This record gives sequence, C-alpha cells and structure tokens, in this order.
Amino acid sequence: MEELTSLFHGFAVALQPFNIGVMLLGIVLGVLIGVLPGLGGANGVAILLPLTFSMSPTSAIIMLSCIYWGALFGGAITSILFNIPGEPWSVATTFDGHPMAQQGRAGEALTAAFTSSFVGALFAVIMITLVAPLVARFALKFGPAEQFSVYFLAFCSFVGMSKEPPFKTIAAMFIGFALAAVGLDQVTGQLRLTFGSETLLTGFDFLIAVIGLFGIGEILLSIEEGLQFKGGKANINAKVVWETWKKLPSYWMTSLRSCIIGCWMGISPAGATPASFMSYGIAKRASKNGKNFGTGEIEGVVAPETAAHAAGTAALLPMLSLGVPGSPTAAVLLGGLLIWGLQPGPLLFVEQKEFVWGLIASMYLGNIFGLIVVLTCVPLFAAILRIPFAIIAPVILVICAIGAYTVHNSTFDVVMMLVFGVMGYVLKKCNYPLAPMVLAIVLGDKAEVNFRQSLLASQGSLDIFWSNGLVGSIMALGLLALFWPLISTGWSKLRMRPAV
Amino acid sequence: MSDNAHGAGGAGPSHRAVETGVAIAIAIFALIVIGGSIQAGIGWGAEGPRAGFFPFYVGLTIFGASIVNLVNVRAEATPEKTFADWVQLRQVLAVVIPTAVYVAVVPWVGIYFSSAILIAFFMKRLGNYGWPLIAAISIGIPLIIFVVFERWFLVPLPKGPIEYWLGF
Repeated sequence: MEELTSLFHGFAVALQPFNIGVMLLGIVLGVLIGVLPGLGGANGVAILLPLTFSMSPTSAIIMLSCIYWGALFGGAITSILFNIPGEPWSVATTFDGHPMAQQGRAGEALTAAFTSSFVGALFAVIMITLVAPLVARFALKFGPAEQFSVYFLAFCSFVGMSKEPPFKTIAAMFIGFALAAVGLDQVTGQLRLTFGSETLLTGFDFLIAVIGLFGIGEILLSIEEGLQFKGGKANINAKVVWETWKKLPSYWMTSLRSCIIGCWMGISPAGATPASFMSYGIAKRASKNGKNFGTGEIEGVVAPETAAHAAGTAALLPMLSLGVPGSPTAAVLLGGLLIWGLQPGPLLFVEQKEFVWGLIASMYLGNIFGLIVVLTCVPLFAAILRIPFAIIAPVILVICAIGAYTVHNSTFDVVMMLVFGVMGYVLKKCNYPLAPMVLAIVLGDKAEVNFRQSLLASQGSLDIFWSNGLVGSIMALGLLALFWPLISTGWSKLRMRPAV
Repeated sequence: MSDNAHGAGGAGPSHRAVETGVAIAIAIFALIVIGGSIQAGIGWGAEGPRAGFFPFYVGLTIFGASIVNLVNVRAEATPEKTFADWVQLRQVLAVVIPTAVYVAVVPWVGIYFSSAILIAFFMKRLGNYGWPLIAAISIGIPLIIFVVFERWFLVPLPKGPIEYWLGF
C-alpha cells in the first residue's frame, strides 16, 4: 500500500509541466538516436548526459530514461522500413517486419511493433513497481561480501549467456576492470597504473568509452558495410492502426511469453538483444504459423519487439534496487546518478523517494507518450534516414566529439574517444563483446572496493564469500551461470545416452 | 556480425591474422597492467590488500584469456576468410584519418571552425555535393550547436582564435 502512495507522489512529480516537457524532448531525441546509424541508446544517453547537469536529478533521469525508451521504439522503424536494424536488439524484427513492408504492409508492421514494445515495457514497469521496493528492502541488509557476490553473479551471467566465445567475453570484461583501476585507488588513495602520466591521473571515464566504442565504432562498421538506404514507404493512418489493434489480442500468448522472457533476460544482464532472438525463436517453434515466419508474419514482429522492450525496461530493476545495471544504457544512467550526487543502490528507495518514484512514474508516462509520438511521426523519422550518409556521418562524428568533450571539458577525452572508437571497431569485428567491457569500467571500482573490504574483514580468507547462506547461494548461482554452457551441454549429452 | 557477408572474394588481411594481432595486443596490455600493479604493490599492507592487488589478478586473467584466444584462433581449421577487403578498409580509413586530424586540431582552432571544415570535407569527398549546399550545412550545423549548447544549456565548448576574434 505504501508503494502505491509513493507511486502516486511519483506521478505528481512526473506530471509537472517541466518534466512533461523534458519527457517529450527525450522521446523525440531518443527516436532520432534510435533511427540514426552510429547513435544508439547507450552512447546517445552518454552524449546528452552533460546537458542535464544543470537540471534537478529527477528531471534529468526522466529525460535520459525517455531517450532510452525513444531509442527502443526508434530501432523498429529502421528495421521494418529499411531492413537496417538501428539497434542490435531490433535485428530479429527485420526477419518478418521488412518482408511485411515489402508487401506494402509497413503500417501494419510498424503498428504491431510499437504496440508490442509498449506492452512489453508496461509489463516490465509493473513488475519493477511491485518487485523493486522488495528487492531494495532485502538488499539493505547486504554487507560488502553480499554486494560483491551480486556483482559476481552479474558478471558471471555475462560470460555464461553471451553468444560470443567465453574467453573473449572474459578478456573484454577484464580489460574493462583494468581500465577502471587506472588512477587513484579508492581505498588507499595511492596512484596506480598511471606510469607517471598526468593525463591518466583521473583514470578512464566510461562515458568516453561508451561514446567511442558504440558511437565511433558503429559508424566505422556502417561505412565498411557500405550504407544504402532504400526502403519502403511508411503510411500509417488511424484505419491501419485500428485494424492492426483488432488483430493483436489474438497473439496474447506470444505477448505474455515474450514479456516474461524479456523481463528475465533484462534482469540478468543478458539484455535486450538475446531476449529478442530467444523470443522470436520460441514463438517460431510454438506458433501454428511457425513455418511462415520470415515471410512477413505479424507474430514474428510481436515476439521480438515485446521481449526487447520488456528486457530494456527490466534492466533498470537491478540498477535501481541493487546498483547493478542490466545493460550498457542502464550503466550510463547509473553513471548519471553518481554525477548528480546520488548513490545508486537500495538506499535510494529510502533516501530519494521522490527521485525513484518520479522515475518509475515517468516510465509509465514516457511509454504512453512514446507510443503516441512514434505512431504519429513515423514518416518524419523515416525521412531522416533518407539524408545521405555523406552528410549525416560527419554530423554524428561532431556530435560524438562534443559529447566526449563536455564530460570533463577536456580535449584529451576527444582523442581518447577516437582511440576507443577504432578499438571498438576492431574488437567488434573480432567478435569480442563490448557490453561487458563497459559494465566492467562502470562497476570495476565498486566491485573492487567491496572485494577488498570483504577480504579485510576476513583477514584475507576467501571463505567469507561462503560464510552465510545468502552470500553462498548468490556465489553458487554465479558459478552456475558461469559454467552454464558446459552444464547444459553435459546435461543434454546425459539425456541423449539412454536413447542411443 | 557481418563477417560472413564478405567471406568470399576480395583481397584483404585475413581474419585470422587480425585476430592473432588483437590477441597479442591484449596480452601485451595485460603485461603492462601486471607490471603497473607490481609497481603499486600487490601484497598485503596496513589497510588490507594493497593498491595493485586487484589489478594484478585482473591482468593475470586477461593474459590467460588472451592466450586461450590465441590458441583457439591458430587451431581454427576454417578456410581463410578476410577481415575486410582493401576497398572497405580504405573507406574506413577515409573516415578515421580526417577524424584524427579533426581531433588533433580541436584544441587549437576550437570546435566550431574545425567541425565546419570536417563536415564540408566529408560532403565533398564522399558525396561530391555543390558548394552552396556544403556551405549551408557546414556552417548551419555548428551554428545550431552553438545556440543549443552555449545559449540554451550553458555548456561552454572549446573555442579558438576565430571565435575570439568574433568576440565570444
């Protein structure tokens, strides 16, 4: 009951005229970011983060999270109309969305995609409203060892669940940890890994890494692939929307399944991309029209979009309640909290009620506004994609450079951005995942501090991570997630044996 | 992600060579981290584990993982596929090099003037547009940026002699 009252207070905060204004601005910017190549949720939020320094934290997080919702919506536009996934999580949407557009059913596909996104997000927000306060209350009892075990679980799930080779994931992740360690040691105040260089004193800022790895790296990839935008026309009108909405309820089972997959994958930091693929795959197997998937089946749009949006939203649950972001974009938002002087984690629910519930309320409102904005403005956003690459590419480069500069007003950061960009391009081409690297840069210091404090308490013995039921079971879950690929193949081999 | 798209045809550096290079570069990075950690002290000090303790093991893990990756790449028996063909790489460099120059001159001439040049350069090189359009966009975008950042959000951006001469 207490939560419900807080939520209503949250709505009162989110419905202030200024906050509605930043919400709409965020949605529009977010869709733009989702539509443009090279700008995605994570680096879009990173670039625009400095613009919020002068706002109150609540307005700032509302704007940034709305950019995120907008980017999630925007990815579907490019996938369906142009067969170019603007975001990795909309790759699965191209499978059936683009064939529909080619058959002249673009309006139907877009309506289905936007509506499913909305349903997925709504499901996840309701889940966050109900579950996050409970998790936070529980997590308030955590000591350093428990806190470290949560980080451990998050990072292990990355290794176990990513589709990239596990040792590449480990290498990428630990490079992130190493970069996070550069500069001042938070416990002893000693300098380390700076090798006498003054520019390294402050360490590597993850915002620069995000803008470089995802922004510049993505532009280089698009250029190599040779961008050509030739796409279907988008004509959405009220009639198409209405006709599609009448059809959608019959796919309630697919929706519900995709919502659950999305929430689950979003909370464990697997993220929106695997969620959308998994949901598509399961829908294909379960549907009676399964063999038509890939030729323009509306269910093939509903499944990945619902799951991607549910996962993208659910990724904020661990960020809010535990201080562990579930996706790179959530990691950037978490970085924002630190910059605005808020300590992410369970205490937020006690000390910053207005902030937390304002954010949660804005998730409801932002997604409603988002749905309206994208349904009414699709042709406008599609027109942006027709701007030739020779114009849009340098503009995006300039925007990235400005974003990198404004983080610390340092031109050295702009150089670092380019270095990270080239690195991101090469690593991505060699199949090294970038998301765990970014998460490790963000969480490296916190994980390390908790690890060292635990060791200090135990006089250096690792037994502290098994010292009580709670920390032991989280660590065990982590190990399970880490070795999950081995366990599942072993299990299926065991099951195969009697049959042979 | 798009590796199979240009698997056949088109000469270029082999994927295996690049992967090997990346794995070795990561291993060298790991050695640097290990070296730096040892400098900072990896033992047990008065306030618990010393500053280099955590990065030392991080470095060891990176080193181990990149050795495994190296072995895996060398053991791969797949037919040689290219990393990217030379035409594609030339296009990538056509973006990287001007951007590097841009990044290098920003501290000296400010972000507005250099951005205008960068946009104009790309439009001429990649799109071969007429000068009136190039002028409109390459001057218009920095102006919009100026209004949004310096006027609306009060975020100062780097300026150079030209902006000072104009009185900002």
